[in-house]
Amino acid sequence: MNELSAPSPAFGEEPAIALTRTPAFEARLKRRYAAEKRFRFFGLAAIVFSLAVLLFLLVTMTMNGIGGFQRATLTVPIRFSQAEITLPPETDSLGVAIRSLEDQGLPEFIEAETARSLGEEASRQLSPDAWRVVAEQLIDEPSMLRREVELDLPTSKNLSAALAGDGHADLQPLARSLAEQGVLAKRFDPGFLSRSDATDSQLAGIWGALKGSILTMLVTLALAFPIGVLAALYLEEYAPRNRWTDLIEVSINNLAAVPSIIFGLLGLAVFLWLFPNLRSAPLIGGMTLALMTMPVIVISGRNAVKAVPPSIRAGAMALGASPIQVVFHHVLPLALPGILTGTIIGMARALGETAPLLMIGMRAFVATPPDGFTDPATVLPVQIFLWSDEIDRGFVERTSAAIIVLLLFLLVMNGIAIYLRNRFEKTW
Amino acid sequence: MSPAFLLLLALGLGLAAWVVARARAWGFKRARPGERLAALPSYHGWYAALWVALPVVVFALVWSVVAPQLVAQSVLADPAAADLPTFGLQRETMLAEARAVATGAAPDVFNPDAEALVQPFREAIARFNIIGIVAALVIAFAGGAWAFLRMRPDFKARTKVERAVMGALLLASLVAILTTLGIFASLIFETVRFFGMVSPIDFLFGTEWGPDPMSATDNVDASRYGALPLFWGTIYIGAIIAMIVAIPLGLMSAIYLTQYADPRWRKWLKPMLEILAGVPTVVYGYFAALTVAPAIRDMATAIGIENASSESALAAGLVMGVMIIPFVSSMADDSIAAVPRAMRDGSLAMGATHSETIRRVLLPAALPGIVAGVMLAISRAIGETMIVVMAAGAAANLSANPLEAMTTVTFQIVAMLTGEGSFDHPATLSAFALGFVLFLVTLALNFIALRVVKRFREAYE
Repeated sequence: MNELSAPSPAFGEEPAIALTRTPAFEARLKRRYAAEKRFRFFGLAAIVFSLAVLLFLLVTMTMNGIGGFQRATLTVPIRFSQAEITLPPETDSLGVAIRSLEDQGLPEFIEAETARSLGEEASRQLSPDAWRVVAEQLIDEPSMLRREVELDLPTSKNLSAALAGDGHADLQPLARSLAEQGVLAKRFDPGFLSRSDATDSQLAGIWGALKGSILTMLVTLALAFPIGVLAALYLEEYAPRNRWTDLIEVSINNLAAVPSIIFGLLGLAVFLWLFPNLRSAPLIGGMTLALMTMPVIVISGRNAVKAVPPSIRAGAMALGASPIQVVFHHVLPLALPGILTGTIIGMARALGETAPLLMIGMRAFVATPPDGFTDPATVLPVQIFLWSDEIDRGFVERTSAAIIVLLLFLLVMNGIAIYLRNRFEKTW
Repeated sequence: MSPAFLLLLALGLGLAAWVVARARAWGFKRARPGERLAALPSYHGWYAALWVALPVVVFALVWSVVAPQLVAQSVLADPAAADLPTFGLQRETMLAEARAVATGAAPDVFNPDAEALVQPFREAIARFNIIGIVAALVIAFAGGAWAFLRMRPDFKARTKVERAVMGALLLASLVAILTTLGIFASLIFETVRFFGMVSPIDFLFGTEWGPDPMSATDNVDASRYGALPLFWGTIYIGAIIAMIVAIPLGLMSAIYLTQYADPRWRKWLKPMLEILAGVPTVVYGYFAALTVAPAIRDMATAIGIENASSESALAAGLVMGVMIIPFVSSMADDSIAAVPRAMRDGSLAMGATHSETIRRVLLPAALPGIVAGVMLAISRAIGETMIVVMAAGAAANLSANPLEAMTTVTFQIVAMLTGEGSFDHPATLSAFALGFVLFLVTLALNFIALRVVKRFREAYE
């Protein structure tokens, strides 16, 4: 008591501390600080763990995927001068020209040439489509016909597996000896990006699926963007406060949280019932995804419109603009960067979506890229899903490579969204 | 001729009408200098363009449905169609073949009998193409004439155009209601058909799941449609295993990011955490099936569990939990940020440490928001499809062993609808009933969660 009534001691002076700092207190304080440190460490650990999983996922995909951009090829010297082959006239379409080369015995000739330089056994392990690679190169560069050239030809999937050290045991000695001669190796395969799905992992590519994805996304964008923007403008700028408006708002908020597979059921039951012969067409896929993307665009669009300060509207109104002119000439241009950011994020989600498209039949084996919005097609995520079911070791690498391509697309889209947000976002 | 061509035609005609009407309005202005038009010339242009383009667009949509049927009818009326088989699949395939050749989609007929129909098809298609284009032109001309007759200097074109724009705005916002109604209608319709074959009691409380899509439809074995194992698998994977991963990790990430992390670090850490949410689910599924599931199986074998399955509820649940982390984290972040600063400052001023303030003051105050966030996270997890399709397996097990394969509602929807079953079979229809249950549950979770969040925000405002 005495100390307390005395003139207050200077901060940090001995007596006051001595009163409270009993050993029990010290122990308690130590415990509390330890708990503090522990808690903080747990927080950091949670973040580090999450990011480590992300890193591990990306590294696994990349390690697996690098092999997917390559394929095993045999380097074969080919003496075209020995071949009795004449090139079809340049006016022929590619398909006709290739068929004409096939009729002239190009496949047999390639096989014979391979057998001559690498032996019978190796020639049997050429991919059944190896001659196509030669035919395409011949058509591109007719002067090859008079020379001897070394070409990289794809191998069968069995030899490719043997090169990687698994598959048929009896092929492995052959693979080893060819690899030691330097004629058999895994080389970069640009065709992965330009071919379509195939049953042989050596011949599979992703262009068909990529094109299907692009077509589907175009339909989605063409439907979801205008509808979403108009709905956002209506709800934010014009809608009277009544029961109808509430109903619209509730349904948009709920649609944003409905599982994507339910949209697939809707597409199956409604769109495929209306257009039964458009099964697995990008048009139907795009319409289904548009319903899913629209609520995302509406919600982000409303926030962007809300962020435009009222003074802009008041100013335009004061100069005699009609309500429609106020919104379309002044509010919309200012809100557009925000709306576009939300749109790109919604589109990125739609691009990675798989389940609803499985429902409407975009899982068929499609070996030719779609030519239009109504052709049967598949999309990149569904292609990944289909390949992931294959047992062939080659498809494991192809799947990871396709995932890398998909992730790159998503990265670019999200990068654009972040750029737009940083470049055009205004704080009023 | 495709509908796209008619739509392009509508666009071109509309543009022409816009140019012509606008020029005419300028003409009014020049004819009476000094006098004001009731609307800017460009509004006159828009008015005419709408009157030309909109009817043609509507016609194009109707025509794209009607025209193929008219073509088919006129082909059937042709004498060449008299020897067609009268009924069934054969007739359809022959017609389809002939149509494919006539439109150039196929190079040759497979069935020589269809050859005779190719020519009638070609003629009918050409005839109806011409009819369609002529009709579109007539409609466009009529619309344009109507708009032109109404054009006067004192015609209030702007109000008319703006009324049309308002109509478009209203229609666009109704799409959301239509979609919701569409989901409800399609799910209910098929579900009622399903419950006509299998009673709801058997479906909701039966413990045996094993529909056979190939069985006869007239004698349905209702005991094979017990969905309880599916509900259990869904809850076990999505609401238990995934949440055991996602809630602590997400919550602690949010706490660290908002309360401890240096702002410079936060700027980088937060977007990186959000990348986790942007990875497509099919990639997570592949990751779960290729990397996580085998690792779990090896671990189970290492600790002495016999014949561990390579597909396990644990693998799917763990990966799903990781996917949900950023979602829980951002919801927790929002709720903690909504707690008034004074409460935090008061606690710190009383001498509480940071962690004590967070655990005793901030978290209890933010709890309703966090609970709502967890509910939203659960609703997302149980609707997740690709991870379980690729990693969880098809066997319907009612078990609490996380190392066993388990199946979920979403897995079975995919399985039932991507098989060979026909649309009238209860196995196919059961997918819609499962979808309906899923829809109702996620709807309820979202509805309650949004309510809670709203009330919670109001409490602190």
